[in-house]
Amino acid sequence: MANPAGEAARPTILRTPLGRVRGSGSAKSGTHHWWMQRVTSIALLPLTIWFIVALATSAGMTHAEAVAWIGHPFNAVLLLALIGLTFHHAAAGLQVVLEDYAKPEWVKITSVLAVKAVCTLLALAAALAVIRLAV
Amino acid sequence: MATFTLPKNSTISKGKHFPAPAGATKVRSFKIYRWDPDSGENPRTDTYDIDLDQCGPMVLDALIKIKNEVDSTLTFRRSCREGICGSCSMNIDGLNTLACLKPIEDVKAEVRIHPLPHMPVVKDLVPDLSQVYAQLRSVEPWLKADTPPPPDGERLQSKEERAKLDGLWECILCFCCSTACPSYWWNGDRYLGPAVLLQAYRWIADSRDEHTGERLDALEDPFKLYRCHTIMNCTRTCPKGLNPAQAIGDIKKMLAERVV
Repeated sequence: MANPAGEAARPTILRTPLGRVRGSGSAKSGTHHWWMQRVTSIALLPLTIWFIVALATSAGMTHAEAVAWIGHPFNAVLLLALIGLTFHHAAAGLQVVLEDYAKPEWVKITSVLAVKAVCTLLALAAALAVIRLAV
Repeated sequence: MATFTLPKNSTISKGKHFPAPAGATKVRSFKIYRWDPDSGENPRTDTYDIDLDQCGPMVLDALIKIKNEVDSTLTFRRSCREGICGSCSMNIDGLNTLACLKPIEDVKAEVRIHPLPHMPVVKDLVPDLSQVYAQLRSVEPWLKADTPPPPDGERLQSKEERAKLDGLWECILCFCCSTACPSYWWNGDRYLGPAVLLQAYRWIADSRDEHTGERLDALEDPFKLYRCHTIMNCTRTCPKGLNPAQAIGDIKKMLAERVV
């Protein structure tokens, strides 16, 4: 076989190609994931530009001024939105990469769960930091 | 993980060299992938020097000349020799295309010919296409309607409705696109691939078909459809100039529209 699929020695499979291809059928999901990737990326465009401009113009701020800036309700809300969307987008994108390349199945499932756990924890930690300064 | 190197028994060795006959005026080298399952040997690349003044203009003409006059063991599929049957799809000069539509003059130096990438090889340039054929069958590429056709004629379609099938019906199922798609290389057992998704969309877009929703249901799957990451190799390689990426995009759009 010229197919370097990399799987271990395969057991004899006499199931027909059509049976194998149909498999367990469609998962009837995936559209929401795909759509949210697009929505978060579009929402992140203005938010990221705002954040970069804010960082660039805050050069030279004192610690007290920076704390006050983050604590301002307008800035705090936008920062929380930025944090939520960034980590949602990162987790969704990394999940797709892992689904593409991670094999076998248990590696795929555990690595996707690990990515989601890390992104959730980082998002919570970042959000907590903003909330503590804002509240 | 995806494998990026060939297993030991698939590495390609240097093969035989068939020089051009004496007195040849316009010699071009053809480096062709050869593998014979019965020999037990590794694949090799044979070099055939062909006199282009004694050969037709297309790569398929050279292959037929080699088989007829130089080496009858060379194995490849061909039929119509005019880009309508889809048999002679292969990788020429690094791009999947039809040998019958590819002018030799379009290749600058030696002409490297391999079978379609990432398919099991039956022999030489002949890939095993049973999986893509099964995938095509799985999308049920035929008209499905519960309303019987009018007793006095055909099912009617307006000119506008028929126009939606342009760019879809021309596909000849050569599978150049599916075998050019990295997503299909890594997950071809579950991802349907551009050729089959274009065929699926050909029936989704058909105004006479009454099973659009079920067709969309059957495709809505992280692997069957959403392995497409708009890499666009499919559209770039299609020897018929079709746009499978657009068809896949239209399927995703219809799926999004029915939930958003």
